[in-house]
Amino acid sequence: MSILIDRYTRVVVQGITGREGSFHTEQMQAYGTDVVAGVVPGRGGSTHLGVPVFDTVAEAVVATAAECAFIIVPPPFAADAIMEAADARLPLAVCVTEGVPVHDMIRARAVIDGSKTKLIGPNCPGLLTAGECKVGFIPNHVARPGNVGVVARSGTLTYEVIQGLSQAGHGQTTAVGIGGDPVLGLTFRDVLELFAGDKATKAVVMVGEIGGSDEEDAADLIARDFPKPVVAFISGRTAPPGKRMGHAGAIISGNKGTAQSKIDALTSAGAVIGDTIEDVVRLVGERLGARSGR
Amino acid sequence: MKLLEYQAKQQFAKAGIPIPAGRLARTAEEAEAAARELGRVAVKAQVPVGGRGKAGGIAVVDTPEQARTEAARILAMDIKGYPVRSVWCETGLDVAHELYCGITLDRDRRRMVLILSGAGGMDIEQVAENQPEMIAKLWPDPLRGPQPFQIRQLAFAALRRVPALADRAGRLAAALVPLVQTLYRLAVSLDAVTCEINPLVITATGELIAADGKLEVDENAEYRHRDLAEELAIDALGDDGASGDDPFEVEAKRRGLTYVHLDGYVGCIGNGAGLVMNTLDLVKAAGGEPADFLDIGGGARADVVRNALDMVLSDPAVRGVFINIFGGITRGDEVARGIIQARDELNITKPLVVRMTGTREEEGRQLLREAGIVPGVSAVDAARTIVEMTREVS
Repeated sequence: MSILIDRYTRVVVQGITGREGSFHTEQMQAYGTDVVAGVVPGRGGSTHLGVPVFDTVAEAVVATAAECAFIIVPPPFAADAIMEAADARLPLAVCVTEGVPVHDMIRARAVIDGSKTKLIGPNCPGLLTAGECKVGFIPNHVARPGNVGVVARSGTLTYEVIQGLSQAGHGQTTAVGIGGDPVLGLTFRDVLELFAGDKATKAVVMVGEIGGSDEEDAADLIARDFPKPVVAFISGRTAPPGKRMGHAGAIISGNKGTAQSKIDALTSAGAVIGDTIEDVVRLVGERLGARSGR
Repeated sequence: MKLLEYQAKQQFAKAGIPIPAGRLARTAEEAEAAARELGRVAVKAQVPVGGRGKAGGIAVVDTPEQARTEAARILAMDIKGYPVRSVWCETGLDVAHELYCGITLDRDRRRMVLILSGAGGMDIEQVAENQPEMIAKLWPDPLRGPQPFQIRQLAFAALRRVPALADRAGRLAAALVPLVQTLYRLAVSLDAVTCEINPLVITATGELIAADGKLEVDENAEYRHRDLAEELAIDALGDDGASGDDPFEVEAKRRGLTYVHLDGYVGCIGNGAGLVMNTLDLVKAAGGEPADFLDIGGGARADVVRNALDMVLSDPAVRGVFINIFGGITRGDEVARGIIQARDELNITKPLVVRMTGTREEEGRQLLREAGIVPGVSAVDAARTIVEMTREVS
């Protein structure tokens, strides 16, 4: 089992004909993702990478019964693409676009909140259910099937953790990169709740970073008898206050959003903290014990 | 992008929010002419940082001659790293009371928050800490905007706390409705992450006037506001209060790179903010001191990598560079090509340690090996290697 996506998930790619859209659609297909359609306004009726292209998401859904949108369009069009996916009542939309204006995202988030669509991203690597399906661009070869759930703000650290786990023999159920923007779709807390309900997931790795209070919010959930062990990692421990470390959301302002406050909140909630990725992998092994299913 | 006071005020005025009469002056002569026209004025340095008053960047003058002398003095100043390029000459107000009215991003609620307070003229974060009861907040629905009844609720909640205003709260609330709606629309149309009037002055005759303004535009939306960025470039060197006084960060911004300058000697480059943050943590854990944070972002091509290396090495404190790449949307071969190109074209002789894994890692590693650069696999080991290599140099 897994969360959010599996081998049967039917994916429509918004922006399929772009340079990045084409490259990553091919990678997704190579991994086994069932890409059923593409959407590019003005290109309806054509075929790209072996799938039909439509002018609108609504048409793609009617024709192909797509259920998950992969949104890989330039920043000025990203929020609109998210709202189009929500309007077409897709259960899941994954937006990887980096640099979406925050006011656009505030509006898109309000539309998502009033819809049945779950959003992942923007500014994220997407998600991957090991051995079955990926939506986004988590590298194909690092993951292997198993029983560890992964959720991370940073894309590249998502890959680091997956690779470390795989090399140590701990496969994954689903890995979700939620993204580093201040206004986004699913949060740590939302994804942890999904992992709590997934029978196959026996432990969860959570990779946070400085800025905001989403890690503290997740700690609040973990403290309430969260049914599975959580191993956490926080990057940006040595980041100076007041400097924005790349992600729009990664900034320590005053004494809010520090790595230490997140580590303290998670520790007192019952999660264990790894100081390095290697540490995280070792701690997962300890928590899984004989159940790791190597 | 932080706008200057005069830019913010011009935006307010254009939207219909009253501001005091004022003129922009880029020379002492222009300031003199402004004072001749306006009478008694405050001459205010236009810099994108706070604390200019304490630094001596504001002077109240009675005559055009004084305006000329003071403007000449202020225009020769450098405030927290910002050379003063212009002054705003503005008439004073007959102040009865000062309010605070602002809009900012509330990331916990994933929407904008409108804040109104009867305690104007002070740092709102301090008011929030010391007198939280003086602050009223509203989180408007992003699709509908703030409705008049909501703004009245906000106004009554804030104004009833102030004894001097309690008796005219009704009139003030009525006047605040259009002002707050205008300010909200302005914030949205300018993609502002902060849009603040502090103080919002109530004059002796009962008018509401924006006596000072702060406007910060979302960097991701700068493409929609090129006119403001161009204007800003004329009047201020850098445009980010946190980084403007650092010449390396100004240069990085010019080159379009996501770069933060730090105090150490190990240059750090990576793809992805989280990865670079972790790279700095690893360098520090290995006993080294990071010289910078540089994220080449997702999908970077060879020329971006070359540009990044050139940028990091322009800091003379850098003794060697650690390049940490975990390819997702970024492809190993593209990065490798950029590294090799940079090394050959820029004649880099300082140590380079490259850790490369992820999408097209084999192609990338192969290219590096052929060029005589040994690629690493583990980030922890690579961090130790670069720290060791840069220690030897010292």
